[in-house]
Amino acid sequence: MKILVLLKQTFDTEEKIVLSNGKVSEDGVKYVINPYDEYAVEEAVAIKEKHGGEVTVVTIGPSRAEAALRTALAMGADKAIIVDDESVFGDEYMISKVLATVAKRDAYDLILGGYMAVDDGAAQVGPRLAEELGIAHISTITNMEVDGSLVKVEKDVEGDIEIIEVNMPVLVTAQQGLNEPRYPSLPGIMKAKKKPIERLTADDLGLNIEEILSKTEVLEQYLPQQKTAGKILQGELPEQVSELIEALRFEAKVV
Amino acid sequence: MSKNVLVVAEKRNGSLRNVSFEALAAAKEIAAGGKVTAVLFGQGDNADANQLAQYGADQVYLVTNEELNAYSTDAFSQAFTEVFQIINPDAILLGHTALGRDLAPRVAARLGLGLVSDCTAIEVNGDEVVFVRPIYAGKAFQKKRVTDGIIFATIRSNNIAKGEPDAGRTADTIEYKATIKDIRTVIKDVVRKTAGTIDLTEAKIIVSGGRGVKSAEGFNPIRELADALGAAVGASRAACDAGYCDYSMQVGQTGKVVTPDLYIACGISGAVQHLAGMSNSKIIVAINKDPEAPIFKVADYGIVGDLFEVVPMLTEEFKKVPV
Repeated sequence: MKILVLLKQTFDTEEKIVLSNGKVSEDGVKYVINPYDEYAVEEAVAIKEKHGGEVTVVTIGPSRAEAALRTALAMGADKAIIVDDESVFGDEYMISKVLATVAKRDAYDLILGGYMAVDDGAAQVGPRLAEELGIAHISTITNMEVDGSLVKVEKDVEGDIEIIEVNMPVLVTAQQGLNEPRYPSLPGIMKAKKKPIERLTADDLGLNIEEILSKTEVLEQYLPQQKTAGKILQGELPEQVSELIEALRFEAKVV
Repeated sequence: MSKNVLVVAEKRNGSLRNVSFEALAAAKEIAAGGKVTAVLFGQGDNADANQLAQYGADQVYLVTNEELNAYSTDAFSQAFTEVFQIINPDAILLGHTALGRDLAPRVAARLGLGLVSDCTAIEVNGDEVVFVRPIYAGKAFQKKRVTDGIIFATIRSNNIAKGEPDAGRTADTIEYKATIKDIRTVIKDVVRKTAGTIDLTEAKIIVSGGRGVKSAEGFNPIRELADALGAAVGASRAACDAGYCDYSMQVGQTGKVVTPDLYIACGISGAVQHLAGMSNSKIIVAINKDPEAPIFKVADYGIVGDLFEVVPMLTEEFKKVPV
């Protein structure tokens, strides 16, 4: 079984956002595998361990993103691909076109990714890629079982669960709760150093940039208005509770 | 210039969703006098069409096929593409719901379109439509526009104001039978875990518990307060990781990003990743034993105290004079 995992390197979720010249500053930022993609890596490696196969992780991003690929390799993925070429760092339309070109170089039975990235939060690339490849997709899965070429998943639908069956090839996107991603073991980390990372450019993929240009653009980025700390209520607890209810009813008018 | 705008409306548990009315309000603004068409796939009826008209639809398509009675990507994307070709819209809007998040990028790829997802506001300046959307779960925002082709966006619940319904407004209603074939996914079963609960992303009030609830049973007073307020129940990552509750309740950068009118954080310290998911709520109340907890920095009202004392007192008070 050939498995492809889509991965993005993102800021650690504990990072605060600082803007410099209208752009999100990357100074001193700690990077991680996008948490939703980490579930996808874990699931792919677990499926490989149970059923056999090969796991390839792919990312589109600058060279720093190789650290995330190494982590995925240390978790048990077999090989990695990075498309490190600024000319393709576009919107979801462009990114999924590039990923489709990468995915078509091989015949993958399963493609997994996070249902969204915690930075852009667009939740587009998975379904877009499945459409580009002409395969089915199921998003926000919280459980997955493979039986031959049959895939059985549990899909989170705003809290309800749908149990869905589909045949390979299929693309699924991971929701929180799918699994507990493992920490890379020391032997895993050592082995990962020897695993191959293929570095590709748009030219290597035979892409004509003009044909896959982004269809959206970012005009401006800004920070939300800083919330000022409000009022810490004082006095005996029952007084505080009455004061709070008064305030919610008559000052804030939210209840 | 006026535009033809297509809105995909949606029902959940038998009723049209608020976010569909919010999308209609946004659509009217983008249309600038042009026609707004609402499309309802599956079990839509004339009452739904009337309601969509009251919120701004000039035309309603009720699209039927037995494959549309439950959502599947294949059925809905085929039906959508068919209707799209009839309407030939200049702009398309959906709610950023489970359905919208799944369908919009799939059909955007099929039709070769850009898509701006999860928008919280729109700005219409003449012909240009600019979308405001959160990034890093609301730690920052960006303004984005479609540069090439049809305008396509999904909008987040609870952010764009829906208009007042106009009881006198009517719409042309068209019943349309879609042609659907080759569904690749089979729904074997549906486990309804949300029956009787309020969806977090659409809730006007949320009561959330954190590590301070100490156990699964510790959520009981949180639920009781939520019931008294007609609120949804949320949780912090710490509470979910500790196994006190289901991950579907998690509010934060991983989990759900929410913007209710009132967010009551109980026993939540306020990690950066949690704050990202809720700090754009209109009013925030924090209840925590630790006066130094970061949650107090974003709270409008804070009570320093034990949630197991404070929360039941609030519940009692709200029960006396119901919301």
